[in-house]
Amino acid sequence: MNKVEFSKKTLDKFKSVIAKYPEKGAALLPTLWLAQQEFSVLTPEVEEYVAGLVGVSPVRVQEVRSFYTMYTARPLGKYHLQLCTNITCSLLGAEELLEHLKKRLKVNCGETTSDKKFTLSAVECLGHCGTGPVIQINDDFHESLTRESLDKLLDSLK
Amino acid sequence: MANEAVLTKNFGTKNSHTLGVYEQGGGYKALKKALTGMKPEAVMAEVDKSGLRGRGGAGFPTGKKWSFIPKDSPKPKYLTVNADEGEPGTYKDRPLMELDPHAVIEGSIITCYAVGIHSAFIYVRGEYVKSVQRLNDAINEAYAGGYLGKNILNTGFDLDIVVHRGAGAYICGEETGLLESLEGKKGQPRMKPPFPAIVGAFQGPTVINNVETMAAIPPIVNNGGEWFNNLGAPGVGGGLKLYPISGHVKKPGVYELPMGTTLRDIIYKHAGGIRDDKKLKAVIPGGSSAPVLRADEIDVKMDYNSLAAIKTMLGSGAIIVMDEDTNMVKTLKVLLKFYAHESCGKCTPCREGTGWMDRIMTRIVKGNGHISDLDTILSISNTIDGKTLCPMGQAAIGPSISFITKFRNEFEDYIRKGRTN
Ligand SMILES: Cc1cc2nc3c(=O)[nH]c(=O)nc-3n(C[C@H](O)[C@H](O)[C@H](O)COP(=O)(O)O)c2cc1C
Ligand code: FES
Repeated sequence: MNKVEFSKKTLDKFKSVIAKYPEKGAALLPTLWLAQQEFSVLTPEVEEYVAGLVGVSPVRVQEVRSFYTMYTARPLGKYHLQLCTNITCSLLGAEELLEHLKKRLKVNCGETTSDKKFTLSAVECLGHCGTGPVIQINDDFHESLTRESLDKLLDSLK
Repeated sequence: MANEAVLTKNFGTKNSHTLGVYEQGGGYKALKKALTGMKPEAVMAEVDKSGLRGRGGAGFPTGKKWSFIPKDSPKPKYLTVNADEGEPGTYKDRPLMELDPHAVIEGSIITCYAVGIHSAFIYVRGEYVKSVQRLNDAINEAYAGGYLGKNILNTGFDLDIVVHRGAGAYICGEETGLLESLEGKKGQPRMKPPFPAIVGAFQGPTVINNVETMAAIPPIVNNGGEWFNNLGAPGVGGGLKLYPISGHVKKPGVYELPMGTTLRDIIYKHAGGIRDDKKLKAVIPGGSSAPVLRADEIDVKMDYNSLAAIKTMLGSGAIIVMDEDTNMVKTLKVLLKFYAHESCGKCTPCREGTGWMDRIMTRIVKGNGHISDLDTILSISNTIDGKTLCPMGQAAIGPSISFITKFRNEFEDYIRKGRTN
């Protein structure tokens, strides 16, 4: 296996990030973000590398990584489908959309399709309640979903 | 009277997020006024007069909060702007950051000037990628324009602002959870005291304010505290408030209205009434943690004191509307699952209590509930009440107690009909 190391570009970004905080350890969250962008998955090897950079113990990195839902320790599909099932979205039909997605993709929540294209998650309020139901796919939000618009959306993802 | 737009006045303008457009609309005038013509104490006095109370949920008077920060501190002081916006139903800080990031930044700079702070962080929830981007772009513009950095507007005042991106955890909206997260730790709340005003970020005295609170500062400085206070409903005061409304209404959206507008007016006059002209069944007036109201309780004024008087709260001001067809049992289940999932695990009453309530509700929804389960949930709620490390426990029992006591018949019916064993 290759040695875990940031590219030169990411390392420069890291240096500018860590300079912004009065304590090195505070750069842990942004550094985990950089690591996730670079390596996709926060494996124990990545955690150890990050620990070295930020100057904290690997167990602290693991503790922090696992506390926050947006850091991932396992590979995700190309598209991470995160459907909000909190109060407003569920009042507007999110439960049915979730069932539909499970059937269409033949996966349960937390699982990835066998072609590695989609990972399905049910998530908490995404702060788009005025235009619910809403799904976040990777960094993008898609609002006012219906079953038809959701199907179209999935069809458009290559 | 036409409603005045203050916080939302730039929302309709093209490229409102850019510095040039913001300046054309009078942006950074307040900063100039404060830095070149007002003593820090004078800024604080205007904010006091404005009746502005924190828009993040707890509603603490903003001027008073600032006054708790010691003048002389051997440790650096900090401002952290709370942009975690995780309270279900709430979506008002995001448009401020996306459409008017400079207003949030200008308010933050003025706050730092008033309190004597030279380092600020804006803690943005991880999902709000666009907000992070817009804030970072705006901060870069502000540095280039001489509004941030060293010797701001040649007044000798220095300030740096850093955007800190969260990574998915509701509890990081709680102010001390936020501080832990800012320091690169799990977002588990701290024991208070010491309060953040004394020992906050990096052990320094720290002001924590919500995004909407910050955005209200420039207009207060421009037009005076009294002017802002008078924008609230007669006899209520306290300025304008952003009310994000969602659920079964015809026109969901973020409405900027006088503090103390009645809930009925917001639902029927502004949000167009209930979808398909159905009947209203219930409404949550201040984000998911606020105890639910029945349809006959909506003549209440939407302000801190009026809502407290009927045992609920303004919270974030987020209104969630439920029509006559809403299943209150399933809706409570959705909320209790949320609190169980988001409990940080540090203190026992919240960790065990939310999990237990969630398991009971799961059983009830599946049709295996007992009537006595309802009293068990109430008793768990009472055990959580006032005994948790942070107000998260209180947040969880807002819905549990109110849903079951106000809609008990529906819960009992569901259990009787649904029970299969
Ligand atoms: C569980 C919990 C979650 C919270 N989430 C938020 C939030 O997302 N945004 C926010 O501004 N305040 C939130 N608060 C309130 C903050 O603790 C704090 O009171 C607020 O940020 C102070 O700013 P303000 O005085 O301007 O309202 C939350 C509180 C609790 C207990
Ligand atoms: S409840 Fe789904 S975005 Fe808020």
